[in-house]
Amino acid sequence: MLLLMGIFLSLSLGRYSNDPSKVLNVILSRLGINVPVDPVMISIVFNIRLPRVLASVIIGAMLSLSGAVYQSVFRNPLVSPDLLGVSSGAAVGASAAILMGAGLATRQVFAFAGGILAVFVTSLVPRLLRNRSNMMLVLSGIIVGGFLSSVLAIMKFIAEEQTQLASIVYWQLGSLASILGRELWAILPVFLVCSTLLLLLSWRINILSFGDLEARTLGVNLRQVRTIVIICASLLTASAVSISGTIGWVGLVIPHLSRLLTGSDNTRSIPVSLLLGAIFMLLIDTLARTVSTVEIPLSILTGFVGAPLYALLLYKQRTRLE
Amino acid sequence: MHSLLQVKDLGFSYDGSRQIFKDISFEVQSGEIVCLLGPNGIGKTTLLNCLARLREPLQGSVLLNGEDMADLAPRNVARVIGYVPQTLLPSFDYTVLEYVVTGNAPWLATFEKPGPEHYQRAEAALEQMGISHLAQKPYTRISTGELQQVSIARAIAQKARLILMDEPTAHLDYGNQLKVLRLIKDLSAKGYGIVLTTHNPDQVLLLDAKAAIIDHQSIFHFGAWQDILTEELLSAMYGVPLRLIEVEGIDRMVSIAPSL
Repeated sequence: MLLLMGIFLSLSLGRYSNDPSKVLNVILSRLGINVPVDPVMISIVFNIRLPRVLASVIIGAMLSLSGAVYQSVFRNPLVSPDLLGVSSGAAVGASAAILMGAGLATRQVFAFAGGILAVFVTSLVPRLLRNRSNMMLVLSGIIVGGFLSSVLAIMKFIAEEQTQLASIVYWQLGSLASILGRELWAILPVFLVCSTLLLLLSWRINILSFGDLEARTLGVNLRQVRTIVIICASLLTASAVSISGTIGWVGLVIPHLSRLLTGSDNTRSIPVSLLLGAIFMLLIDTLARTVSTVEIPLSILTGFVGAPLYALLLYKQRTRLE
Repeated sequence: MHSLLQVKDLGFSYDGSRQIFKDISFEVQSGEIVCLLGPNGIGKTTLLNCLARLREPLQGSVLLNGEDMADLAPRNVARVIGYVPQTLLPSFDYTVLEYVVTGNAPWLATFEKPGPEHYQRAEAALEQMGISHLAQKPYTRISTGELQQVSIARAIAQKARLILMDEPTAHLDYGNQLKVLRLIKDLSAKGYGIVLTTHNPDQVLLLDAKAAIIDHQSIFHFGAWQDILTEELLSAMYGVPLRLIEVEGIDRMVSIAPSL
């Protein structure tokens, strides 16, 4: 409900007109009801604002959902979805595309491929070392992430300062300013399939969060369930990052907030994370495009809102932490 | 009729060369308690983990109701065997009920979630353990003794017939140790088979249990305690003089150390 109201309000806000009644008329006319509409407004609502609003909702849901899942699977409430190197992989992919002078579409494909490739390499290390524990996977993620940061640093170093470097930095701060309906269609199937699977597995994710030993004594096919869960969560993050650039904090703070509201049981906290992530991102992106005459990069806002929020959450839970 | 659990010539090694234990054979029937005894580091927990299929043995086999465990799906093993680890390491503050309801996992399909009947089963298990009042408490904020009971309640909710316990009294004060032993006794009277590891040979006598001993030379002994527990074996195994004496007034044998 809150989400739908948020979507409507956000559709109403923008540089052209801030009148919700005009937007309501546009929507009503689309539903076949005869009301006076402003033709420019129709174009703005459906071609400019709607794709962007939907994108922010989906991306917020994706990041928050995969953060919630990662935190449970890795038994650590301080983990964010780029633990296994998705974000750094995507950043390297996007930067490579920028350096080659490729267009937006290529950049997105590269970012997605880079993110998935990074997770794949991360998952390869424990297999090579014949130690499939979670800890090994986390350490492997740190290694891959660290290595990719250096690769990214080299790319920034050789990038041409005025154009390419600026593009890389801007990409890394995250933005939905140039979102198109086409891109939305590209990530929608990933979102639907992965989030359905994760919602279905939410109770099994509780069991994964007990650790390997307990999960195995409960007869859970650990490798299978954990593989599905990690692949889904990584696909979600990689898809989100590929069209919006890296956006910090959402995947860390929102699952935390959700657990505080619903308790730790993932059958409740995962759907709530998904919804709150969507609402949070919608709010952030609406601020990003309305607060000033220039677009504010998303990571700047998520940091300004997310970090104090996180501090507040910690304050509320201070007695529980030892 | 097959034994609940039958261990045949079991051997284990972590690296394939250094043998931790070998030639271990014994059986557990419903309603029986078996205590695994042995000096530190001899492989008691490793043996227990082999029985729970947490580790693959190097030699030999473990039969569950007559079926080789290696051929069973993990889910089917978990329908028979419940495992109570020495310590739980909670990472999120699930309520006790949310935790115990996960005992239903081997009875649910992968994408299935527990329904009202599964929550009822979990509540019944809590009631059986006498800890219904803890149901809505976060399991991160109850005492170690209560956590042990919660863990056993989950094995009951799991409908396990055989409960494996790794040092169930390790982190408990003396009163709670005796309460847990009492509980184990009750469970065996209800027909559960129980295998537990312990550092205290007196617990074998308290529980009137069978003893499975890996001694200091890694030789395996198994039988009713009356048949295999001797002062010689206990003293040699632990490397200190130990006595087995009948104590008047409590009508039982005790394993006890003479003055130091």
